[in-house]
Amino acid sequence: MDVPILAVVGAGVMGTGISTLAVGRGLPVVLVDVDEAVLERARVAIASGLRHSQLVGALPVGCAPAELRTTVSLDDVAAAGAVIEAVTERAELKAELLAKVSTLVRPGTALISNTSGIPIDEMAAGVRRPGDLIGTHFMNPAYLISMVEVIRGPRTADETVDSVLSLLTRLGRRAVVVRDAPGFVTSRLLHPMINDAARVVSEGTATAEEVDALMQGCLGHPTGPLRTADLIGIDNLVDALTVLHARTGDERCRPSELLLEKVRRGELGRKSGRGFYVYREAAS
Amino acid sequence: MSAQGQPEAAPVATGAVEEEIARYVAEKTGTLPEVGQDLFATGLANSMFALELVVFLERTYSVTVAGADLQLPNFRTAESMAALVGRLRAEAAADGDG
Repeated sequence: MDVPILAVVGAGVMGTGISTLAVGRGLPVVLVDVDEAVLERARVAIASGLRHSQLVGALPVGCAPAELRTTVSLDDVAAAGAVIEAVTERAELKAELLAKVSTLVRPGTALISNTSGIPIDEMAAGVRRPGDLIGTHFMNPAYLISMVEVIRGPRTADETVDSVLSLLTRLGRRAVVVRDAPGFVTSRLLHPMINDAARVVSEGTATAEEVDALMQGCLGHPTGPLRTADLIGIDNLVDALTVLHARTGDERCRPSELLLEKVRRGELGRKSGRGFYVYREAAS
Repeated sequence: MSAQGQPEAAPVATGAVEEEIARYVAEKTGTLPEVGQDLFATGLANSMFALELVVFLERTYSVTVAGADLQLPNFRTAESMAALVGRLRAEAAADGDG
C-alpha cells in the first residue's frame, strides 16, 4: 500500500511530538528544520517519545514505527501528502513559511499550521491556494493526548477539512473543528487562566504547588495550570499570550511579569529542565 | 549457583532499591509512598512522570528498560520497579559471565 509521507516543518517541541505520533502510527515523516543541531536533538527526542508511547500503551499493537527522515532542505516537502508547519508561534514567521511551502507542493495538498492561537486567515494572504490552508492545535505531548482542536479558516476548502480529519483519524486522534478566532477555544480559555495562576504565585497568595494542588483536587484539572505551563513551554506561552492580547485587548492575556522573568532566565519549563518546577531527569 | 535458579543476591538488594525509589518519588512529588503503593492509582504518578521513572532507573542502576519490559505495570510501585531492576541486573550479570 502506498503510504503518504507527512512533512513536518519546525523541529521544536510540537514538531517533534507530532513526528513521534506519526512515525509511531506507521506514517513516514520528513522533518525539516533550518538547524542540524536541532534536528539531532529532535531525533533523540522522537526515540524517547516512541519509548514513552510504548510505556503508556499509546502505540498501536503490531505496528512497526515508520521511517523518519530529517533534512535542512525545505524543498524536501514537495512529495508530501500533507505538510504540518510547527515553527515558532509568530504570525509573520508562519505566514512566510506557509507561503513558501505553498509554492513547493502539489495543489490540493493540505497546508496545516499548528498554532495555539494565531488566526488561520492571517496566514492565508501569501499562500498560493488559501483553500488548502487549515489550522490544528495539537496539545503537548502530541503523541499522548488524543484530542486535537482543528481550526477552519473562512477560506478553508471542504476538501481540506476532510483530508485533515482523515489524517487525524489515521493518527488515532479525535478532532473538534472550530471557527477561526484568536486563541480558538482551548487557548482562549486556558492561557489567561495560566497567566492568572502565575499572578497568584507572584502576589504570594500561594505557591505553584499549592495552586496546582487546589486546581487538581478541587476543580478536577488533570495536572494543574502551572505544571501545564511547564509542559507547554513558558516562552511559547508568552508568545501565545502576546498574540491573544494584541488581538483581543483582554488585559488578562497580557503576559504576567513572572512569566516574562522566567523566559529571561531561560526557565522555560520541562524542555529546559526548570520552569515552575525542576525536572532533573528531563529526557532531553 | 542457586539450585532454585534464582539469583541469590537480588532479594538482599531489593529492599534498599525499593527505598531509594520511594525517596526519589518523595523528592519529586512531596509524598513518600509505601513501597507497595500504586503510584498511579493514588495520584502520585501520571503518564508524564512515568517516563521520568524509567530514566531514573536506567541512570541510577545502569540498566536498559526495553521491549516488553517497557510497560506501565512494571512501574506502578517501588516494589515492582525494584523487582524489574533486580531482574535486569541479574540478566546483565548472567550475560557478562557467559
